[in-house]
Amino acid sequence: MTETKKSFNLFSYINMGTIIIAGFLVLIVAMGTVFGKIPLSMMLNDCITRFGRNGVLVLAMLPAIQSGTGPNFGLPVGIMCGLLAECIAIENNFFGLGFLLVSVVLAIGIASIVGYGYGKLMNSVKGSEMTIATYVGFASVGLMNLVWVSTLFRSDKMAWFLGEGLRTTIQLDQVNANLILDNFLAFKLGAHITIPTGTLLVVFVLCYALYLFFRSKSGVAIAASGANPMFARAAGLHVDNNRIIASILTTVLAALGIIIYGQSFGYVQLYDAPMMMAFPTVAAILIGGATAQRAKVFHVILGAFIFNSMLATSLPVINRMVAGTDAAVLTDVIRQVVQNGIILYALMQVRGGNR
Amino acid sequence: MSDCLLSFKNVSKSYDGNYVLKNINLDIQAGEIHALIGENGAGKSTLMNILFGMSVIHNTGGFEGQVEMNGKPMNVKSPHEAIDYGIGMVHQEFMLIPGFTITENIKLNREITRNNFISAVLGERLKSLDYKLMNMDARKALDVLGMDIEEYTMVAGLPVGHMQFVEIAREIDKTGIKLLVFDEPTAVLAESEAANLLQAVRNLAASGIAIIFISHRLDEITSLADRVTILRDGELIVTKNVKDTNIVEIAELMVGRNVNITRDDAAQRTYSEEIVLDVKGLRVGMPGEWVKGVDFSVKKGEILGIGGLAGHGKLGIANGVLGIYPASGEIQFQGRPLPLNNTKQVLASGIAYLSEDRKGVGLWLDESIELNIAFTAMQIHGEFLSPLGLQDSKKIHENALKMIADLDIRCTSSLQTAGALSGGNQQKVCVGRALTQKPQLLFISEPTRGIDIGAKKLILDLLRQLSEEEGMTIVMTSSELAELRSICDKIIIVCEGQVAGILQPDAPDAEFGLMMSGANRKLEGGLAV
Repeated sequence: MTETKKSFNLFSYINMGTIIIAGFLVLIVAMGTVFGKIPLSMMLNDCITRFGRNGVLVLAMLPAIQSGTGPNFGLPVGIMCGLLAECIAIENNFFGLGFLLVSVVLAIGIASIVGYGYGKLMNSVKGSEMTIATYVGFASVGLMNLVWVSTLFRSDKMAWFLGEGLRTTIQLDQVNANLILDNFLAFKLGAHITIPTGTLLVVFVLCYALYLFFRSKSGVAIAASGANPMFARAAGLHVDNNRIIASILTTVLAALGIIIYGQSFGYVQLYDAPMMMAFPTVAAILIGGATAQRAKVFHVILGAFIFNSMLATSLPVINRMVAGTDAAVLTDVIRQVVQNGIILYALMQVRGGNR
Repeated sequence: MSDCLLSFKNVSKSYDGNYVLKNINLDIQAGEIHALIGENGAGKSTLMNILFGMSVIHNTGGFEGQVEMNGKPMNVKSPHEAIDYGIGMVHQEFMLIPGFTITENIKLNREITRNNFISAVLGERLKSLDYKLMNMDARKALDVLGMDIEEYTMVAGLPVGHMQFVEIAREIDKTGIKLLVFDEPTAVLAESEAANLLQAVRNLAASGIAIIFISHRLDEITSLADRVTILRDGELIVTKNVKDTNIVEIAELMVGRNVNITRDDAAQRTYSEEIVLDVKGLRVGMPGEWVKGVDFSVKKGEILGIGGLAGHGKLGIANGVLGIYPASGEIQFQGRPLPLNNTKQVLASGIAYLSEDRKGVGLWLDESIELNIAFTAMQIHGEFLSPLGLQDSKKIHENALKMIADLDIRCTSSLQTAGALSGGNQQKVCVGRALTQKPQLLFISEPTRGIDIGAKKLILDLLRQLSEEEGMTIVMTSSELAELRSICDKIIIVCEGQVAGILQPDAPDAEFGLMMSGANRKLEGGLAV
């Protein structure tokens, strides 16, 4: 009772699933270095790049989980907002930093409005948010396909060379936005490692901002509304409004996340590309130790790193170890099994564990 | 006794060494109406669960003693077997399928079938239903009950009174029914419907079926039953012929107890005459605890008790004032109207609330004690925030340490999660949160529910201390009369969603019992106690 300092206990944040997957990751990396003769530094470089690329998308899960709507399986909804913002920016001939800033501002605007509606929807389907969100995500992809094929956009940079509508992939080097954040203050460590400083900075700044937000009055209110709606109500909080705020946050973060993803990847991917993006992202935060009801920024960082590292390393390792054309197929099969297995495992924990 | 149909012999039941039924000996005779009464938690439901072989009994180690039917021991392991013995139950909540007709509900799973060509090939389960015979059976059962509604009417949309009859008809349609248990059958019925029902029960008894009638309505019992058995705290107090007793005596026996928490200073406490809270015509839509128009006022500095039986609306009052369940009516707090259905403003105006559902509503179980204590004050009054609007961990921590010391909360650290504490300490965390709000008026519901006896006294002492030292006004709702009588200045008894009366804590047991069962309104003049 006389204790005056908070003691940080790392182990209280890490659960069994995280340790198992982390062990699996170590095994893959070991196999890669020992049998595959892949330099460790090369694999590490891939891990860091992919962590930066996906970090903000994984962070988008945090407000949704904390507000009680569960992991945001409707991530494509937010992603569409970001893609739309990027297309508008290209259409209006923005380049480089200008393109990035305009996309970000537009994305925040569009995603706020869409997030509000998405939050309203989530409030009307309490109890089955995750299922509904998944299909809302799918539906939004279909809806936006109509926009992509329409004649709203006329810029040559995005159009098919023949016919109308937008291409499936738009190269960002056309607008000098390829790796714009990755290259900011980037530096080399040894022969194989390039640190994408700008992207990592953005990821960590946003993580810290969310950490602070969840220590503010509204952040705590959102977390309480998610953890125990009746408790929140008895404390005079408006649970539904808090869930809407969280939905706006998660949608905005998803929109920003895809912009960061796109510049790191080098392409804006339209049409069905975002369809399945929610699943690896959900898997990542759950692997980090979050449950469907409770997540921390720490889970985001750990999960984004472990999960993306695993995808980044398993592919070349298996490629080396299995000769022939089957390798690529096999790799993808294993990736699918692992990724969906993780989601399944994590969602099973949700139902049985807490109540 | 030769005509003894059912007998309980030395039946006891314990949950984890805690006896909820002690040595019950009870005989039920064929054709008699046997009333069973007692307060909530007296053991009525447990006794019926034993009779019906409910899994809750068998999953917790069974029971001691023996239940015999016609002198032979019965071994009922499931409600299904109870039906084979000819025992039926009319439930308080209707177990009917709304989209089926009355006949279909009555005959559910006991359908009369005839062969058709498909069943000849594919077997029993595909036989056709013989609606003609089924309707005839249903008609017969309905006629016994004097019910003139068509048997092919859909159950959905029937008045509750009729649903109750359908439920009874289903039981009496079972062949060889010997004993019927009615669990508070009139609780949901209007007066005229109740009268019909009671007549039907009399008819059933006259046809030789034994009836166990559980009710809180004493006047019903005295007019209907042949014998009455009173349970209190798991013990059988007495079985009497109704002829030899009266309402007042039954009420007294039902409530009377060795008051273990005594009122030590009989000295009259003083409090001002100023009215702090004035409630008029409060109606609350809390499921299971409907409040149907309640008026009362609370004076500054007083401890007001609200008592009554479960399901009669006493818990709804605090929930309604706080706006947790939808409410209507008029409330004045400190001379100003209090907005209804707006928890935030109610809390902001200086009222704190401790819910009866400590774990579900009262606490954020997987958060730290200190955040639990600071939470409402932070959200409502904007306290414990730094200039940047972030949580001020230092202030939260200091406040928590003060509350932990003041209230003697037993914990390893203020960062322990609230869910890890014992019931008594959890309650203290709730009290700590309420005190942090610095309220003028405190609503506290079931303050000692699920708390062991030692901690109970601490909580009650704490409430009294708050009232005496801080001058806080307290409205305490409790199912435990003894508790209310030990610290309250006056006690409102709620019955069927309305105020049955206001009593002094030292009023006689019988008055409490009568008011709780709603019998006092039907007695003329004063009570001769």
